[in-house]
Amino acid sequence: MNNKEKLNNPKSDYWKSVFAITWKDLSSELRSRELLSSMLVFSLLVIVIYYFTLELDIKTRSAITAGALWVTFSFSGTLGLNRSMAIEKDRGCLDGLLLAPVDRSVIYFGKALSNLAFMLIVEIIVIPAYAMMYNINLFIPGFLFVTLLGSIGYIAVGTLLSAMSIQTRTRDVLLPILLFPLLIPVLIAAVKASNGFLLSLTWTEIMPWLNILFVYDVIFISVSFMVFDSIVEE
Amino acid sequence: MAPQPKLLKFLNVLSVLLVAVGYYLSIFYAPTEKVMGNVQKVFYFHVATAWVGMLGFILAAAFAVFYLKSKDMKWDSYGLAAVEISLVFFFITIILGSIWARPAWGTWWTWEPRLTTAAILELIYLAYLLLRQGIEDPEQRARFGAVYTLLGGLSVPLTLVSIRLFRTIHPVVVGGGGSEKMGMTDTMVFVMLYSIVAFSVVFVNLYWHRIRLGQYTEKIEQLKLRINQ
Repeated sequence: MNNKEKLNNPKSDYWKSVFAITWKDLSSELRSRELLSSMLVFSLLVIVIYYFTLELDIKTRSAITAGALWVTFSFSGTLGLNRSMAIEKDRGCLDGLLLAPVDRSVIYFGKALSNLAFMLIVEIIVIPAYAMMYNINLFIPGFLFVTLLGSIGYIAVGTLLSAMSIQTRTRDVLLPILLFPLLIPVLIAAVKASNGFLLSLTWTEIMPWLNILFVYDVIFISVSFMVFDSIVEE
Repeated sequence: MAPQPKLLKFLNVLSVLLVAVGYYLSIFYAPTEKVMGNVQKVFYFHVATAWVGMLGFILAAAFAVFYLKSKDMKWDSYGLAAVEISLVFFFITIILGSIWARPAWGTWWTWEPRLTTAAILELIYLAYLLLRQGIEDPEQRARFGAVYTLLGGLSVPLTLVSIRLFRTIHPVVVGGGGSEKMGMTDTMVFVMLYSIVAFSVVFVNLYWHRIRLGQYTEKIEQLKLRINQ
């Protein structure tokens, strides 16, 4: 594509810049592996701790699995979100990104996509590990789909709030406090829908929860898109 | 320090009188409920404080939008005032609700939609205050505060809907109908509406005071800056 065509087609540039930011995060993570490894080890630790604290015998297991997994994802997610934003802030990378001649929302979507990728990678490893350790079948397409929808909602709000909390005095401590009360609808809906799939309930019982997840994702992605500007303003 | 305007002084006296009369009405004037007995009287103040809390919550979300659009600092102080008052009144609502729930439902606390939503709302407010505390630049504090209030304002209705999908045992007072509706006599309805009006006046009164306080805080911040320079 030559320059003139680029000018006439700004849309392709928008997503190109988004993917450039995502790619930057992914490739730097590929080299350092500090973010993914801490998220993963933490998640696996939590799963082991569950065995002893909740006494996950075969009966409680089936009822509690979705909840246990979502608690794990939420906590390890904040580790990742904090780290991913702290890297930008501490090494002055955020200022560089802000200087780039692109729309500010590009930064939001770029960061959100890479955060989502990290979260999904963790889930791809943790879910089979959980399935193996507790001998429960989690390879149900519906269950995995719900996990994806929930993660999207989690990351949509989490990326926005981590950009905010990293600029405050208390920094990483603040993120979970800001994030979790807003996440309640996602957590309720994701756990309920996942349970629905795990216990193979009917569609009419699962559908309302999927709707909530959809609505939450759409609302919070669009609002974050609108307000991200006022968070990184200098 | 400018003296309080006459209208504000009048409101001070009026709020005390209105609440005192409301107290009298709910204890002595309103009939005692047949099933629940005296403890039901807590209901008049419970509904009124919940209404005021709700009002503050809606105002805060609206002011957040105004702030983000105009970047005028006055909306920030209005928003903060609304959040603080709403925080206190929702807390009172929850306490009063617990007092009522103990004999009525046999427990201080249940995971009932409105109760849980009110508790989560309190947590959002506390997070909001913690967020503000961690930021020194007033303009940045206002921006972040507004964004967070806005997000909270959007997530709370969704929270309510999702918790509501569980079964509820809370009596539906307004717009309910069906078997759960409370049987209220005309006097009861009158006392309830009266308390709502009384607490609305208290709200306006407190709100006014809080905004004046905000203006003084701002002035002090500016004076401090001038000393440091």
